[in-house]
Amino acid sequence: MNRRKFFKLAGISAAGLTEKLITSADAAGIPSTKQFIGVLNDTTKCIGCRNCEKACSEVNGMQVPDIENDNALEKERVTDEKQLSVVNKYKTDKGTVYIKRQCMHCWQPACAAACLTNALHKTEEGPIIWRSDKCMGCRYCMVSCPFDIPKFEYQSWNPRILKCDMCWKRIQQGAIPACVEACPSEALMFGLKKDLMEIARTRIYKHPKDYVSHVYGEYEVGGASWLYLSSVPFEQLGFRTDLGNTPYPEYTKEFLYAVPAIILILPPLLYGLHHITEPEDSEKK
Amino acid sequence: MEITAKKGIKFIISELKPRGELFTPFNIITIPIIALGLIIVAYRFVNGLGSVTNQSQIFAWGLWKGFNVVTGVAFAAGAYIVTFMVYVLRIKKYHSIVKATVLNGFLSYVFYAGALILDLGRPWNIINPIIGNSFGFNSVLFLVAWHFMLYIIAQFVEFSPTIAEWLERKKAKKFLQSLTLGAVVFGITLSLLHQSGLGALFMMAKSKIHPLWYSEFLPILFLASSVPAGLSMVILEGTISRRVFKDLYPKHSSKHLYEEIVFGLAKGAALSLFIYYFFKAIIFIHGRHWSHITDMWGVWYFIEVFGFVLLPCIMYANGYKNRSIGLIRLASLITIVGIMLNRLNISVISFYWNNPNHYYPSWQEYIVALMVISIQIWVFRWVVTRMPVFKESHH
Ligand code: SF4
Ligand code: SF4
Repeated sequence: MNRRKFFKLAGISAAGLTEKLITSADAAGIPSTKQFIGVLNDTTKCIGCRNCEKACSEVNGMQVPDIENDNALEKERVTDEKQLSVVNKYKTDKGTVYIKRQCMHCWQPACAAACLTNALHKTEEGPIIWRSDKCMGCRYCMVSCPFDIPKFEYQSWNPRILKCDMCWKRIQQGAIPACVEACPSEALMFGLKKDLMEIARTRIYKHPKDYVSHVYGEYEVGGASWLYLSSVPFEQLGFRTDLGNTPYPEYTKEFLYAVPAIILILPPLLYGLHHITEPEDSEKK
Repeated sequence: MEITAKKGIKFIISELKPRGELFTPFNIITIPIIALGLIIVAYRFVNGLGSVTNQSQIFAWGLWKGFNVVTGVAFAAGAYIVTFMVYVLRIKKYHSIVKATVLNGFLSYVFYAGALILDLGRPWNIINPIIGNSFGFNSVLFLVAWHFMLYIIAQFVEFSPTIAEWLERKKAKKFLQSLTLGAVVFGITLSLLHQSGLGALFMMAKSKIHPLWYSEFLPILFLASSVPAGLSMVILEGTISRRVFKDLYPKHSSKHLYEEIVFGLAKGAALSLFIYYFFKAIIFIHGRHWSHITDMWGVWYFIEVFGFVLLPCIMYANGYKNRSIGLIRLASLITIVGIMLNRLNISVISFYWNNPNHYYPSWQEYIVALMVISIQIWVFRWVVTRMPVFKESHH
């Protein structure tokens, strides 16, 4: 992908998306030398087979769900420390819709901004990974993530924070995420986020009846690497649509920016006050 | 050299022995709590946090962070306020309470930072953000943790002349006293930042805290409310200390002088509570929260604001005007409960108010929370019965 093509794409994309993303990436201090990768989940193509779940558990060395017999779709589930990706079933007026949930891999992740040890780390390519040698288990990431994704091993003396890392190890070896590979119906697609966005927009444009005109993850909390297309409004599918488009780290930025200023201004002020209040006869002391 | 070492050890051993009666009501209550708490803590380090706490994947922070850390630090604010008045503004009147207040603040921080460690899943990695191989500069918690650490040092420096006096090291005392002003200035700066920082901690939990309690001005609210919280704690601590440690106060210490101090503090508390109330009102109106007050949460919110902010504010003001110590003491108690309510409302009670699951602390969490406070009081008692904390030192 060369620079010219990149800017051309930027020009095409509606609402100046790319521009916005570049500026917010800069704001997070992420070097923008690499293109962000991501996954597009076209939920209209998902058949609810849960092969992605199985592949995820296998790759992460977790207990593999028995997708044929466990009837797990009957209940709405959330990811937990034993399973990092779950599929839920929703009955809608456009038929049954299946939604795979996992970490969104936010552009400006609240979890990584919260982490005081940088254990949660946004890689240059976009996936957010967790590093065991750094984490001290404070769980501030869990409090901060708007999607409640980081999970903690409460039953262990040596607990880990667990969440989807987009199969970061596999990606570094040139493979694609296990769930994408396992998907038999092309509901999951792996690639550069801007390419995926283009595909998503094209599908919405070409088949306006099949899709709502909204790519979940395009702007939510500043944008994410994981994108969703859907035939029904996202609030009917267990998505939070009230989170806003402000990147979460923005909420603490103002405070953090004020800190150095206060450290510089306050002490001289206090010393000054101390001098002003000096009593006249202090020489005698 | 050897002789001094031996002497030192002997001295320490003799000082570790309890003085006074062992079976006081306070001891009878706290000894079992501490013993049980220690067992729970040991158990927790073997079997994981989930074995003793009700914290969960959604309610990741429970009582230990919400009460011991977030609430406790507000009550330790007395130290920065009193040192500000005594050393920066040089209001002599408050000099006699400065040592006890600083000691209280110092111990609070030591134990609340301790409570923070109890709650860490991987405490051995706490070294990372300290030695600097992993600085999360963009994390509010990073800032707060560092400030805790530095502030503990600053407060130790502020208190150290009293230790030197106890050990009869005159020269050391003189030297340590020369550091006080620096430590005070540094300490006040740190305090302003981490008191507000505790509020900023919750900024990214925007979607999880009930809109009546969430505000982009949480840092300012936390800072503003730390003033009445700290002052009320100073009043309460003084009330209790004067009763319990009667004999430790100098004979000539005049009741009148002490009451003057309390009146002064009450005035400050009334004023700061009013400012805090004012902020809360503005944020409420500015945030157009009228739609949120129709259910139980609205009632709960108004109980907090009227019953535990405005009411004690009026009581303080009246107590000051009518010179009624009793009223002021009652107001301090109500303020303390109110600040507890506020901090817990934000960190625990209204957290995920719209989630069908709720978090209720386990009995083990309560015991450990009480254990932390009990040990702190034990250490406080140990120090004041030995060091000249309540005595006015002359230099
Ligand atoms: S969804 Fe949560 S865990 Fe995943 S990157 Fe965003 S903030 Fe972090
Ligand atoms: S629990 Fe670990 S990963 Fe999460 S914020 Fe704390 S140190 Fe970072």
